[in-house]
Amino acid sequence: MPDTITLQVARYRPDTDAAPTMQEYVVPLRQEWAVLDGLNYIKDQLDGTLSFRWSCRMGICGSCGMTVDGDPALTCGTFLADYAPGPVRVEPLANFPVIRDLVVGIDDFMRKLPKVKPWLVREDEPGVADVEFLQTPPQLDEYQQYSMCINCMLCYAACPVYAIEPDFLGPAAIALAQRYNLDSRDQGAHQRMDVLATAEGVWACTYVGECTSACPKGVDPAGAIQRYKLTAATRTLRSFLPRGER
Amino acid sequence: MSELARESSMQRPHEAPTQRAVPAQVRPYRPRVSRFWWLRRRSYLLFVLRELSSVFVAWFVVYLLLLVDAVYQGPDPYRRFLEWSGRPWVLVLNMVALAFVLLHAITWFNLAPKAMVLRMQGRRVPARLVAAAHFAAWGVASGVVAWIVLGGL
Amino acid sequence: MARRSSSEAIGWLLFSAGGMVSALLVPVLLLLFGVVFPLGLLAPPEHAHLSAVLRHPFIRIALFVLCMLSLLHWAHRFRYTLHDGLQLKQLNKLINLLCYGGVVAGSSWAAFVLFG
Repeated sequence: MPDTITLQVARYRPDTDAAPTMQEYVVPLRQEWAVLDGLNYIKDQLDGTLSFRWSCRMGICGSCGMTVDGDPALTCGTFLADYAPGPVRVEPLANFPVIRDLVVGIDDFMRKLPKVKPWLVREDEPGVADVEFLQTPPQLDEYQQYSMCINCMLCYAACPVYAIEPDFLGPAAIALAQRYNLDSRDQGAHQRMDVLATAEGVWACTYVGECTSACPKGVDPAGAIQRYKLTAATRTLRSFLPRGER
Repeated sequence: MSELARESSMQRPHEAPTQRAVPAQVRPYRPRVSRFWWLRRRSYLLFVLRELSSVFVAWFVVYLLLLVDAVYQGPDPYRRFLEWSGRPWVLVLNMVALAFVLLHAITWFNLAPKAMVLRMQGRRVPARLVAAAHFAAWGVASGVVAWIVLGGL
Repeated sequence: MARRSSSEAIGWLLFSAGGMVSALLVPVLLLLFGVVFPLGLLAPPEHAHLSAVLRHPFIRIALFVLCMLSLLHWAHRFRYTLHDGLQLKQLNKLINLLCYGGVVAGSSWAAFVLFG
């Protein structure tokens, strides 16, 4: 294994640049170094002006997502040795506005997320604050997979529909809606349906399936969307029986 | 409207004028999506090919109706249809169509368990089993059709 | 804020039904009539046999359903392919009209051939 590797890093300085440019840095190549370690080496030793987000270094904070050699990835969990002898291209997450260098703006997602009410909705509130809601292991199994989402946005970066249709609610928001829809303690499914069963909700998805391949936590948003399509479609059929909606 | 709000919220207040010309607005860079985005990744290309298989499904409907019409018209038009179906361009078109239709069938049955969540005795049926059941149904349906066409009925 | 779209839901259900029947039945039919018989790998069925099969009312109905649902399947996928793949968002209404107009035309033709 060579002892150095070249990182080609996207630089964008909004006050001077019209578009991002690539800059090369040579960093040590160590067996245990992730791409994020390489970026931190640049920041500490080579070029302090490089901007990027990171926090936990253990794949749980969801802030170090970038495009590594064309694929959306958490840079703390993507190892330089796998790209030897290099060079490795490091770019900001696709489909988001670039604020500076490797930092993207995620305001769009932050605006969409609360629309699906990603919390337990109870019809019988208030008055149940001190009540325990029991849940059996099979009931937990129903949604647990979706609760692993860390809002890292890799699925949005992988989704061509989101790239073309910025109004699309997107994989993570829909998967998180399903996380609560499938929770035995939740009663908000019909409220979420107003947001999910729309042209910008699940119906915009054409099942490319890349969100699921990109997810570092094994969430399968594509499956969540597909499953919700069937739910929404059967509900629509049933709604024709008593009263025609729309 | 919301786009504007977002952009203005990211604007930095103007700093003291420097020697370099500072653009009036410091805005985030928004990459444009190429019209050929589906060539960028193998999985995107496969997706577009899967979607385009529907064109060949539609072609099959046309081909089937031409066949059925010829059969209803009598033995001679049926013989002429068979001759026409052996022409090189028709044959090549149908071979390509068959490849696309197979792509459609295989991807379809693999995706089916994503939407269908079946339960037996309170347990969720594994996705692989649901897919396998679809492939088995495909085999049976194909067998029955071939049996009818080849003179079983 | 967009509202629940029941037309999208119905369109998707028909698309799914069409995807299912076409995946089950089209490959074998296309293999036989499009490739195997023209290549002479198997002798094509006699006209008398096919004619008898196609005059069976159950077969007529089955083929009509297959044609109509397959076209509905095509219309849904094709309009999304044009919409997303070529980014023809502004032509959405025209695309929908052409695709579902094609379904109506094709299904009418199928009804004419099978029951006319």
